[in-house]
Amino acid sequence: MSATRAAAPPRTPAPDAGPGPAGGRRVPTLLRHLAVAAVAALLLTAVSYGLDPFRNFQLATVAAYLCATAGLTVLTGLNGQLSLGHGALMATGAYTVAFCQTAFLDAGLTGGWWLALSLAAAVLAALAVGAVVGVAAARLRGPYLAGVTLAVAVVVPALTVTFDGVFNGEQGLSVPVEPPPAGLGPYFPYERWQLWVAAAATLLALVLLANLVRSRYGRTFRAVRDDEVAARLAGIHVARTQVLAFVVSAAGAGLGGALLAVLAQSVSPGAFSLTLSLFLLMAVVIGGLGSLAGALWGAVLLVVLPDLTHTLTEQFTLSPAVAQRMEGNLPLAIFGVTLIVVMIAAPGGVQGLLARLGRALAARLPGRRRS
Amino acid sequence: MSGDDLLVVRGLVAGYGAAPVLHGVDLTVPAGTIAAVVGANGAGKTTLLRALSGMLRPLAGRVALAGDDLRGVPVEQLVRRGMAHVPEGRGVVGELTVDENLRLGGLWRRDRADATRALDEVYQLFEPLARRRRHLGHQLSGGERQMLALGRALVGRPRLLLLDEPSLGLAPRVVAQTMALLRQLREATGLTVLLVEQNVRSALSVADQGVVMALGRVVSTAPAARLRDDDDLRHAYLGF
Repeated sequence: MSATRAAAPPRTPAPDAGPGPAGGRRVPTLLRHLAVAAVAALLLTAVSYGLDPFRNFQLATVAAYLCATAGLTVLTGLNGQLSLGHGALMATGAYTVAFCQTAFLDAGLTGGWWLALSLAAAVLAALAVGAVVGVAAARLRGPYLAGVTLAVAVVVPALTVTFDGVFNGEQGLSVPVEPPPAGLGPYFPYERWQLWVAAAATLLALVLLANLVRSRYGRTFRAVRDDEVAARLAGIHVARTQVLAFVVSAAGAGLGGALLAVLAQSVSPGAFSLTLSLFLLMAVVIGGLGSLAGALWGAVLLVVLPDLTHTLTEQFTLSPAVAQRMEGNLPLAIFGVTLIVVMIAAPGGVQGLLARLGRALAARLPGRRRS
Repeated sequence: MSGDDLLVVRGLVAGYGAAPVLHGVDLTVPAGTIAAVVGANGAGKTTLLRALSGMLRPLAGRVALAGDDLRGVPVEQLVRRGMAHVPEGRGVVGELTVDENLRLGGLWRRDRADATRALDEVYQLFEPLARRRRHLGHQLSGGERQMLALGRALVGRPRLLLLDEPSLGLAPRVVAQTMALLRQLREATGLTVLLVEQNVRSALSVADQGVVMALGRVVSTAPAARLRDDDDLRHAYLGF
């Protein structure tokens, strides 16, 4: 939407009106994304040594949320499908990882790779649920789509309470996670290891998503979002494209939820309430709908804002009851206000604002010509 | 029905809701020719194109493209079979660049090399598009959007091009260019065109066959030149 529009001119670094796509190709997209991911991995590793454990944990949480917001921005920003149910898809991933890890532990299977397998299973489970919801979603538009996804957001946590024999109700399940590998030394901080795991999974997911966005599929996603009639007339199967977008998005949410469960070492329905779904949507809109960078800002906000409100409420001497209520509701209020302010001041979100600032700066610099 | 007829329509009934707009249309377009559908407002011209391209499910009747029955074939599959519909209002994706819009037209094609070739040909055909490759669809002028919509259809190397009101809102000179281009494409590639036009004069000037529609039926089919000179028909249905 406006974020992609705002970002359109600078993402065209090719002044060559070459003969065709195969003719004047620059660095392949995959290599470029891998390079960015490698640099990010190096930076994160360095940073993880500099931060205290709590900050490491927070950063890991950002990574987990980033999977979900990136998935959601592909769906809502690029494909134009609104989902109020991504919190439920995260729950699907989270519970799957809990079941898998418990099963592996019971079977005596230990080792880091089993965690990777659990995460993969979580992605697959979310993918399956996403496919079902996606098929329904492809038939619906606007408020009806919002309604169905809203129902998913409400039903999935309720299921965990209804079938409390399996899901252990409100208590939830614990997620057994191994300590860091012995090779890293006996005093390796657990939170640093958590950050590494979350960041590795997230970077992998982001590289895949970034490639998808730039591929022909990304183009068909946007075409379907903007003009279904034109897309159909161009030979694009609209419903299939919408289901694909939903499935991809669900996979991201599933991985995000699974990572959150691994970080918390537990999973309960309270963590994946309707509020989370709303938060996710607000986060991607504030961050900048439709761009993965915007999803990053959104994920950062999801972690920073509750922390900020916590610090705020601590400043005042309140009765415990009021403080508790404040802490529960203040993030939502702040998020809502932020959303309104951002929509008025910068419809492209944080990322749209940054892109605009960047272009204004580039225009000021005399040495750099705009391409 | 001869083997050279690309499009054969028999008894086509289609409409919106319960009330049909088309009451049994019969139409034959030979391969490699341009047919112009003309008629007053509300005659069913646009509905005919929508029914042919699958945008509108026909209520009855038969449509065959190169002998294949097209009943129940969805739009995106019809495109793959060579039916390209450029709707009125162009159907350009505003949020995609010119280049992305054009590539969209060839995404479904298996022959990637030829899709690229077709893309280059479109750029040669429409010089202004080549200059505005990186511009977004909604930044283009009306004429450029028309070119883009036409170009996107051509990237799919269609057998039959359904063109709805290409002259709508365009300067007379651009209209003349578009019409000349259709002629040129027909000569060069053997493209078959079914053209719907309000601008009867320019449509008949470029077409081989003229099809006059009134109140959801084809009332006359004749070589375009004859239709141009038939005063009675012109007065009765076309109003000039």
